[in-house]
Amino acid sequence: MALLSNTAVLLGKELRTEFRSRELLTTTVVFILTIVVLFSFTFDPSVNESRRFGPGLLWLAFLFAASLMLQPCFLREQTNDTLSALRLSVNDPFAIFLAKLAANTLFLLLTQVLLLPVFSILYNVPVLGAFPQLILVMFMGSLGLSVTGTALSAISAQARMRELLLPLLLLPLLTPVLIASTEATASLLVLNPIMPWKWLGFLLGFDVVFLTALWLFGEYLLEE
Amino acid sequence: MTPASFSPTGIRFENIDKRYGGLYALRRVSLEVPAGECVAFAGRNGSGKTTLLRIAARLARPSSGTVNFLNGSGEKLATPPPAGFVAHATMVYDELTAEENMLLFARLQGIAKPTARAETLLAEVGLLERRNSLVRTFSRGMRQRVAIARALLNEPAVILLDEPTTGLDPQGTSWFAQTVRQLRDSGRTVLMSLHGESEVSTLATRAIRLDAGAVVADTRTGANFRSILAFANA
Repeated sequence: MALLSNTAVLLGKELRTEFRSRELLTTTVVFILTIVVLFSFTFDPSVNESRRFGPGLLWLAFLFAASLMLQPCFLREQTNDTLSALRLSVNDPFAIFLAKLAANTLFLLLTQVLLLPVFSILYNVPVLGAFPQLILVMFMGSLGLSVTGTALSAISAQARMRELLLPLLLLPLLTPVLIASTEATASLLVLNPIMPWKWLGFLLGFDVVFLTALWLFGEYLLEE
Repeated sequence: MTPASFSPTGIRFENIDKRYGGLYALRRVSLEVPAGECVAFAGRNGSGKTTLLRIAARLARPSSGTVNFLNGSGEKLATPPPAGFVAHATMVYDELTAEENMLLFARLQGIAKPTARAETLLAEVGLLERRNSLVRTFSRGMRQRVAIARALLNEPAVILLDEPTTGLDPQGTSWFAQTVRQLRDSGRTVLMSLHGESEVSTLATRAIRLDAGAVVADTRTGANFRSILAFANA
């Protein structure tokens, strides 16, 4: 219970500081919109090409956005050494990770929901027909990005060349999430959408494995 | 300060080594601080003062050796008590108000009646009227007051102060010295790292000099109090 209540308190703090500063969300939304618009100008895809390549472009944009969004996740705790204050206050350091990954998942999902109509218009791909299923895929994909990204953000925050280190570690490790999310999204953007259970199962497995690893070893990532 | 509701607690370091790769931050540090003592650690930058305090706060793990907390009779405590830690960094969020910061940490620590506790402590550090202001609008001295209030939330018996007066103006340093005096007089054990002599260092009942991660002088073993602090200034 202490873990859940601490997580809820910390999640409240993450949301309050972000909605007060709007640093991450604004930057990420602008960045991801720019990428999607640039892709559409560069390729000028037809409807069929959009259905074929759109999901890949979309998830690549999400991946870049995630690496941008996840970077400051632990870095901003270093400004005033607030991470030490959190570690002194919580019984289970996993609460710190849980709150951060919940906030990151929420921010990513929000960015994706904002982006989806823009993608639909620019690439001429209707998304309303499979909107709830798309949200589920995006949630599972975002969770995968956040679990891995939050852990790596904790590691890279303590390293030299941290700005380079996170994308270098994150992008290869997230290749399975990118493939599964792209395939799952592609299944939902065809003329007759089908629920991609196989890929959703894969994403669930990825999320569970990394979440368990974070629960087991997260404490060591926060140590000096 | 509010009336003390803590048990007197001492601390014992036994053969503490701390290595970062091949670099020794601490070498075989062994010392005992009885409950209620106010110890000033002095030494040059990199002498190991901060590392020792962070190990005492359990923010860092020693590479070898043990840290034990002791009750008033010098017996080992089974569960380490909470320690209040104040460093040069304020350890509070600039984007939250003073009260939001206090409530955040009070709730994380499971303190009963967090709002009342936060208001009491903010009143004690003279920030009750500014409780709804964002910390980023505060001066360095005011931020350090919030830091002290945060560190006292859970009634710690051991207070760890890591160069807390760095960057404070004379008025802020005087206020801080007065606070440390109150903490010491309330029976709390105070361990502080300092850079040379100051209004705060005069409050110490014992001084220890660290050099290259090792204890090289201790007033308990006959070293001169002023020479330890003067050396740190050199």
